[in-house]
Amino acid sequence: MHELSIVTSIVETVTETLNSYPGTRVLEVRLRVGVLASVIPESLEFCYGIASEGTPLEGSRLVVNVLPVVMHCTSCGEDVELQGVQSFRCPKCGEPCSDMRQGRELEIDSIEIEDGEVKA
Amino acid sequence: MTTRIVELRRGILKKNDELAAALRTSYTAAGVLVLNLVSSPGTGKTAFLERTLKELKSRGLRVAALVGDLETDNDARRLASSGAPVRQINTHGICHLDAEMIGRHLDGWEGVTLDRLDFLFIENVGNLVCPSSYDLGEKIRVALLSVTEGEDKPLKYPTLFNSADAAVITKMDIAGPCEFNRELAIKNINEIRPGIRIFETSAKTGAGMEEWLGYLTAEQSGLS
Repeated sequence: MHELSIVTSIVETVTETLNSYPGTRVLEVRLRVGVLASVIPESLEFCYGIASEGTPLEGSRLVVNVLPVVMHCTSCGEDVELQGVQSFRCPKCGEPCSDMRQGRELEIDSIEIEDGEVKA
Repeated sequence: MTTRIVELRRGILKKNDELAAALRTSYTAAGVLVLNLVSSPGTGKTAFLERTLKELKSRGLRVAALVGDLETDNDARRLASSGAPVRQINTHGICHLDAEMIGRHLDGWEGVTLDRLDFLFIENVGNLVCPSSYDLGEKIRVALLSVTEGEDKPLKYPTLFNSADAAVITKMDIAGPCEFNRELAIKNINEIRPGIRIFETSAKTGAGMEEWLGYLTAEQSGLS
């Protein structure tokens, strides 16, 4: 429900970054979003079109890389990936897990930019 | 024309996280236990908080509350009947509280300074989705669920229940007429957040409040 404010923040951050890369154009913005981040990738993509209009990001693609939940299982002594978010148990041994290693990320991973005219 | 990748690896809510970290530092320095109460609209957060404030106050503890709603100061006026200082935060359409709003309302709160408090309660906007993304610097995030809502609420909103430190089931006095299956509700909460402390309460009858208050005072003593 707060996807528009999240996307607005992405546009601001990337615009700021572009100050260090004058004369470039953004082709793609790549996000890392955990399945427990409370945002819906489709809504992000939808809002992105609106929020990027009239900014240096206009026309660029938003690519959302969704990350599954990874818990540390103390019984198995290793990190395990959960298949869903309906049960926080180790898929191998069935023990409950409370130590989360991945799943809440909400970050800009990278951007792909294109240089304008090559200056000699 | 050449293309290149620029690595950013920057948290999108970084600004909120930084503000929340600063708030957390000030809460710790002041020795105040801060709790963030989150639930759907209608779960009974305000009634539960009203009773909690009264009970803590009657034990000589210093309490205050910030309460978030889109509009109106109805909840603040209701909570103020406890005698504790209460300040309303109107978000005007925003579906959650964020760290900036908390900081702004702590500043210039007449008669209230953190170092003169034992407990600060933050009643979030009624919403089980968005508040889970916004750290307010709290020590304890409390997810509330009422007996009228259905035992599968934790399964439907795993993000929020998984991020909680304690769970409170409210309105236990009407569990019977609602045919509330408490074993199933507790099992579901534990599926999403294994080992979490669960309190079964009624703000109306006072059932379960002693255990809850005992937990609060123990957590508060543990701060120093």
